[in-house]
Amino acid sequence: MPPTSNDFNEMLYRRLYLIRLFEETVIENFVKGVFYGTTHTCLGQEANAVGVLTGLAAQDIVFSNHRSHGHFLAYGGDPRSLFAELMGKASGVCGGRGGSQHLHWRNFYSNGVQGGVAPVGTGMALAEKFKNSGAAAVVFLGDGTLGEGVLYETLNMAALWQAPVLYVVENNRIAQTTPVELSLAGSIPARFAAFGIPVGELDTSDVTEILPEAQARLSAARNGEPQALILHTCRFGPHSKGDDTRPTEALAEMRCRRDPVTIQASRLEPSARLKIERETQAVIHAAFQAALEDPFPTDLDLSENLK
Amino acid sequence: MTTVLESLNSGLQRAFSTDARVLLLGEDVLDPYGGAFKVTRGLSTAYPGRVIATPISEAGIVGLAAGIALRGLRPVVEIMFGDFLTLAADQLINHAAKFRWMYNDQARVPLVVRTPMGGRRGYGPTHSQTLEKHFLGTPGLEILAPCAVGDPGKLLSEAILTGEDPVLFIENKLSYLQSIHEPQSDTEFEITQIEAAQPAQGVPGARPTPVYLLRVHGAPPPVITLTCYGYMVDLARQAAQRLAFEQEVFVEIVAPTRLAPIETGAILTSARQTGRLIALEEGGVSFGWGAEVIARAAQALGPRLLAAERLGALDLPIPSSGPLEAQVLPDVERIMRISQKIV
Ligand SMILES: Cc1ncc(C[n+]2csc(CCOP(=O)(O)OP(=O)(O)O)c2C)c(N)n1
Ligand SMILES: [Mg+2]
Repeated sequence: MPPTSNDFNEMLYRRLYLIRLFEETVIENFVKGVFYGTTHTCLGQEANAVGVLTGLAAQDIVFSNHRSHGHFLAYGGDPRSLFAELMGKASGVCGGRGGSQHLHWRNFYSNGVQGGVAPVGTGMALAEKFKNSGAAAVVFLGDGTLGEGVLYETLNMAALWQAPVLYVVENNRIAQTTPVELSLAGSIPARFAAFGIPVGELDTSDVTEILPEAQARLSAARNGEPQALILHTCRFGPHSKGDDTRPTEALAEMRCRRDPVTIQASRLEPSARLKIERETQAVIHAAFQAALEDPFPTDLDLSENLK
Repeated sequence: MTTVLESLNSGLQRAFSTDARVLLLGEDVLDPYGGAFKVTRGLSTAYPGRVIATPISEAGIVGLAAGIALRGLRPVVEIMFGDFLTLAADQLINHAAKFRWMYNDQARVPLVVRTPMGGRRGYGPTHSQTLEKHFLGTPGLEILAPCAVGDPGKLLSEAILTGEDPVLFIENKLSYLQSIHEPQSDTEFEITQIEAAQPAQGVPGARPTPVYLLRVHGAPPPVITLTCYGYMVDLARQAAQRLAFEQEVFVEIVAPTRLAPIETGAILTSARQTGRLIALEEGGVSFGWGAEVIARAAQALGPRLLAAERLGALDLPIPSSGPLEAQVLPDVERIMRISQKIV
């Protein structure tokens, strides 16, 4: 598909819109008590997931973090099994064991401990290099996670050993409630540059700008030079469920200026857009209903603990 | 006579020659130095490219190795001193040990992290500790500890070659230079090797691991069960000999090589016969391995357990000065005293 064709734009829109609807459904239904634990939606950041992961090869690896739904869906994950995972159902991505932050399907992994996924994802990249498989790994990080020390141990080793890895920093300028100004000294690109890791930076919510940049970096990483991509982005929703301390005017302004879904929608014929939205609504509705009706797991083997 | 160090080294060599997926990462592990305690000596010469000298980044190395293991290779990490495992705790507990279960059994982490613990060399508070108790009981993390009996190298090579789950392999600095006692030819002790029962299917640690039972040759039936692991087995042997010859108190030493998941079968079998149980460890005694063993014995044996004692280090940092360090760590005299107390 040529990157400027209608089909291509529609494909990107379909992915963005699927993530948007999924996340809205999560937020809407959390209050009804159908999900366990907590969740972190990526409302406003959908273009990062779609832009970075659309060009992924089948053997490539993704290591995501707590805000992983968009990454999982952009990777090709099934919305029903993700809903089911959040609901703690047997049909969930991990049978209900992991919940929102702990997913693994094919070459997609996530873990909810900030920074800890950086060495693991990098080790996976190194393993693939050792095996000569040609696979690369993408590791997602947030701005707040730049405070974790193990990240810098990892960048050092990734550069020393030329790991085929792309670090994607989604800088939404906030970590839970802490604005980046309170948690981050110095510059983000300089953190990577200090280790000799080439770094790109984009301040956009336009998926068509993110995609080529991510693809170029991913192929450079694949050739044995670790890469970083800093995506300045906007978190529209709360950190998890209802914990947003930011002024509503600022959020409204952000939504109006930086909505990846609206930006991509403007490239579509109204009828094509409507068709995609209707179809996606049906997909999400069916996925949610199916997950709701799925059974809970019952097979936890307690024999060891009862001994 | 083979030393524990030689045995571990040949275990590594065997793992490397058997399976090309085996890698080793650690600080200062390259020849000619071959690691701070020389366990990896010769390895980088024989297998260049598979032995990787790392920066001083314990958390990073363990995390990297967990990722390497997730992708089907069999990495071994050497942590130079066991004290520095604390730096890798998050990677072990929240990553490596979690993946298999939290990903619903869809992933495996065949990772071995080996490290020397233990004092008596005057290294002081931060280089002498026995810290494995902080990791015991972590679901998904198997903890092995060889002693100078049997085949430490085999315990290691099998963990590397056949494990599916992360293993913390606890060595001991003083053990390294000890000669290994062979069960068939030991002149002082009659040694029986049994296999620890395997935990339930799908529970990490499902590989059989040896437990050694030691009794002084020709001694009457034991009246005390003394359970311990690692270097403490050596102190237990010395105490058992002296108790037998000086006091006519006879003990059976039960030395497991797997600490977690815990398997108390052999300990309970022995304690059922003797009615008296001492759990001995080099780590600080509070909240330790011995506490768990004794709790399980009390549950299983009830009033048949006539006496239970535990002995470990005092709950203090470990001093550097020799005479002070000797006061903090368990020794032969204390094992004898506690044994006499309960008979
Ligand atoms: C080690 C660790 N510390 C704290 C937390 C709790 N926590 C979860 S998300 C989060 C904020 C992360 O911020 P950032 O990296 O900017 O990612 P974002 O949430 O903005 O996507 C915090 C503090 C955690 N999960 N892990
Ligand atoms: Mg953030």
